[in-house]
Amino acid sequence: MWKWFHRLASPPHLYRTAAAFAPWFAFAAALLIGYGLVDGLVFAPPDYQQGDAFRIIYVHAPSAWLSLFGYTTMAVAGAIALIWRIKVGYAVAAAAAPVGASFTLSALVTGSLWGRPMWGTYWAWDPRLTSELILLFLYFGVISLRKAFEDPNRGDRASALLGIVGFVNVPIVHFSVYWWNSLHQGGTVMRLGKPEMPGSMLWPLLAMLAGFMCFFGAVLCVRVRGEILSRERQSTWVREVVSA
Amino acid sequence: MSAAETDVGLLRGIGLVLARELRLGFRRPDQLLQPLVFFLIVTTLFPLALSPLTSLLRAMAPGVLWVAALLSSLLSMETLFKADADDGTLEQLALSSQPLGAIVVAKTIAHWLVSGAALVAMSPLVATALSVPPRALPTMLASLALGTLTLSWLGAIGAGLTVGLRRGGVLLSLIVLPLAMPLLIFGASATDRAIGGENPAGALYFLAALCVFTTSLGPLAASAALRITLE
Amino acid sequence: MILRSGFWAMGGYARFVWPSIGFALAILAWNVWSARRHHARALVRVRRAIQMARSEES
Repeated sequence: MWKWFHRLASPPHLYRTAAAFAPWFAFAAALLIGYGLVDGLVFAPPDYQQGDAFRIIYVHAPSAWLSLFGYTTMAVAGAIALIWRIKVGYAVAAAAAPVGASFTLSALVTGSLWGRPMWGTYWAWDPRLTSELILLFLYFGVISLRKAFEDPNRGDRASALLGIVGFVNVPIVHFSVYWWNSLHQGGTVMRLGKPEMPGSMLWPLLAMLAGFMCFFGAVLCVRVRGEILSRERQSTWVREVVSA
Repeated sequence: MSAAETDVGLLRGIGLVLARELRLGFRRPDQLLQPLVFFLIVTTLFPLALSPLTSLLRAMAPGVLWVAALLSSLLSMETLFKADADDGTLEQLALSSQPLGAIVVAKTIAHWLVSGAALVAMSPLVATALSVPPRALPTMLASLALGTLTLSWLGAIGAGLTVGLRRGGVLLSLIVLPLAMPLLIFGASATDRAIGGENPAGALYFLAALCVFTTSLGPLAASAALRITLE
Repeated sequence: MILRSGFWAMGGYARFVWPSIGFALAILAWNVWSARRHHARALVRVRRAIQMARSEES
């Protein structure tokens, strides 16, 4: 296990591993998302309270999940890179940031489209939507900090540190937003996503979650490859790979 | 003079840097006053823009006070390391026998004393103008004191990360404001509850917890940030 | 069969269901496009670096 991890830390090895994994992730993602969409939109029965509007969950929940998973990936990769001085960690962190941010945006937009029929308004200061919005701001901070430095090395390390600080902050934000909301709205907001769901609704949701995860894996592999190529463009192995 | 003679203990080192920062702070009174004046002006904007009705003012006072305090503290945060980084003092301090964390602690506390504490001291004036009843003032003072100190630590991390950048000011706000949102929530609601005659203890305890948390981890993160941007 | 009448209407919620599915799919498409462009740009940068090294040698 450790040996495997150590080998992954070498740029050429990670470059090849990512190339090997990407098509499999892409294939699995296409299958799972295709099945989830068809089963979720066509065959799953409408919800007894929300009717067909609940079907938004099939894109909303996976997006929200990826927004957090992407941030975690970014922060953990950045932490590994900072602590153990493993440079490919920065490449993974840089690759994960825009992907995670895009899914945060997707979670916000689909959430507010879901809110319109359920709450009667596109934007309610619902704790989940609010903390998702703050998460998007955290992403913006990390991405713009990386771009602000002329020296890419410094930008990498600074944004990795900010990612870790933000990661510590995410649970605090989540808790405080819940507390604030219960203070102001007294639980009038309807809770989305009931814990108990019949299998006919649940299976497509699980498939979508797994499919989005595989999609994230595939995109991350391609982006990490790009990051490694441009970071290592002075090294001989990259030149050999590219001119071959 | 040998190295042993100039070597001072940790607390003495912090004290020396602190004293230097305070001296420098009071030598430039305009820089000290500007954030306070900004605080005053921003809080004046709201009654003018909304309404001078006492009931409305009282309802929005906590939010106005806290947003204004947040913005004016951020305004002064940019200068925390800037002057010392520009003239190389910071690098000399980093090379000294004191750990960088201790220097960050001294600088941040000094900064809070000349900006945050001054803001807290001035806040009753502003609060009274926003028709906050006197019984809510102790809670407001406590929440602002805890909040501005927490914000100073967050700001120190942000300032450390952006110190080498030419246009660091806006980026600093972009970085620090999302991190400061829990502060705003608990600070404003503590003040709000005190105005409404409710018990604000829960929110104050949470602010205190945040303050302890950032005070313990903030110096570590801020000195790590400085090490990244300085070298 | 799949396109049973009323499928596109989504029980009256079509206005919300289809835009959100569409937006999520657009985000997926954007990710595919931008990741591939990112990779292609990296390749261009490497090729440029190789060419510069060659012109310095000669």
